[in-house]
Amino acid sequence: MIRYTATRLISLCISLIVASLVIFTVVEVFPGDPAAYMLGVNAQPDTVAALRAELGLDMSRPARYLAWVSGMVQGDFGQSYTYRTPVSQMIMDRIWVSLPLALFALVLTVLIAFPAGIYAASRRGGAGDIGVMGATQLGVAIPNFWFAMILVLIFAIHLRWFSAGGFPGWDKGLWPGIKALILPAVALALPQAAILSRVMRSSLLDMLGEDFIRTARAKGLSRRQALWRHALRNAMIPVLTIIGLQFSFLLAGGIVIEQVFFLPGLGRLIFQAISARDLIVVESVVMLLVFLVIVVNFAVDIAYAAVDPRLRVRR
Amino acid sequence: MTVPRGLIAGAGLAILFIAGALLSFLWTPYDILTLSIPDRLQPPSAAHWLGTDHLGRDMLSMVMMGARTSIAVALLAVGIGMGLGVPLGLWAAARRGSLLDEVIMRGNDLIFAFPSLVIAILITAVFGAGAMNAIIAIGIFNIPVFARLTRGAALSFWARDFILAARVSGKSPARISVEHILPNIANLMIVQGTIQFSLGILAEAALSYIGLGAQPPMASWGRMLADAQTLVSIAPHVALVPGFAIILLVLGLNLMGDGLRDMLDPRIRVARV
Repeated sequence: MIRYTATRLISLCISLIVASLVIFTVVEVFPGDPAAYMLGVNAQPDTVAALRAELGLDMSRPARYLAWVSGMVQGDFGQSYTYRTPVSQMIMDRIWVSLPLALFALVLTVLIAFPAGIYAASRRGGAGDIGVMGATQLGVAIPNFWFAMILVLIFAIHLRWFSAGGFPGWDKGLWPGIKALILPAVALALPQAAILSRVMRSSLLDMLGEDFIRTARAKGLSRRQALWRHALRNAMIPVLTIIGLQFSFLLAGGIVIEQVFFLPGLGRLIFQAISARDLIVVESVVMLLVFLVIVVNFAVDIAYAAVDPRLRVRR
Repeated sequence: MTVPRGLIAGAGLAILFIAGALLSFLWTPYDILTLSIPDRLQPPSAAHWLGTDHLGRDMLSMVMMGARTSIAVALLAVGIGMGLGVPLGLWAAARRGSLLDEVIMRGNDLIFAFPSLVIAILITAVFGAGAMNAIIAIGIFNIPVFARLTRGAALSFWARDFILAARVSGKSPARISVEHILPNIANLMIVQGTIQFSLGILAEAALSYIGLGAQPPMASWGRMLADAQTLVSIAPHVALVPGFAIILLVLGLNLMGDGLRDMLDPRIRVARV
């Protein structure tokens, strides 16, 4: 287990280093000098040069890369070029929208997918199974941002149960915040719930064909008891992997959904930063998202290996 | 061999959209470049089967032109994924266990670990919004999908006797990969290609919705939805029409992919995902 964790940890670090290099390189090709952009077309060359020095843009590329990475490791994401505030501050303000949204959507995904998948598997081939599978087929085909617009049309414009967008802030209390995230979370969760229900169903069906289920049935358990007591636990392995991957979809998918609902999250921060040529913000937010995704997947891998010794020797 | 019903329905839907896209090169009911403000936001009628948008353009014509963009972007993105992923996978399988295999597979893991949408946004933002960059951004994430699938499938064939016979007769690993392995995994690639095609349609729609995909005057379903966002309460059809277009095409492609898999792979004839 220690060896497995160590090798996974090394590959985690390599992934993060390569990811930071890729992001830095891609952003470096971004056309336009941020300093010139900030000061406008009439700026004096020496003013631009002074600002470049202040922002650290006059350093060589490797030096800037190292400064960026070592800063991030210490929790310092640099200064925003346009707002002149620490990027870490801007991220902290917005992550409390994006992260709860992704987690909320993940909870909804699981709450929908588990019963649907288990129900379909237990009714294999029956009308219930066909119904659930048909619904999931539709669910994976629906673009989440379109579904979000339809939810707004029905629940915000016609029924007036929710506001059509915006976020009141957590300081206004827990409920107004949660209420503002309900429609976005439902929109995000639906396609992922459809995928997860299918994985849950097929994983359960695979398990139901195993010998240990036959043994459980032979010792007198009903089909349902065998499913709940023995098949479900074993079927969870592929399901948990998918849940880990889905977290990254939900976090990234949130960027688009935030646009639909005008939520002040990381997605909007990225868009604002891109249009303002605020490179350091773009770099840092993208790196943070990649970091979260890679670390979550790493945690899932380690969690399995702890639970299931077979996975430690594979590969 | 019975043809699954889903395959027929799915292929029918896909062909309908592809035919519409092809037809748009020759003819559309109205010219989408002529605006007609007095006719704006009309609900579906005999003159405009799917209604008109906020600039008075015929929605059916827009959907046909948008199908062209969606299909072209998704198809080329699948082309990039297959064109690079399949050779990489074959190469990794031919040199299994080598450093090269390791490098290719770890590279794949790395691309997989990236949140694809975030990187697609980064790429299109840096290199400029447009259909070409959307194709590249979506295509890059198709490479590891095909590389992994190809390697896995190819490895199972490398252990077979007919490959051994080919090696004994002196064929090089490269020739064996192309002449014996590739034809055997083609089915699998077609099925995966269909699935990636449908994911590409969704990705293109999302990118153009946030303004990073195809740019005007190119019509695109994602852009139509972005335009519809503020109008949906006055004229719901402006959001419903492009939305249903995306759903039906993606649904069709998914049904087709599932149907093809069931038909081509006798091992999973039993009802499964």
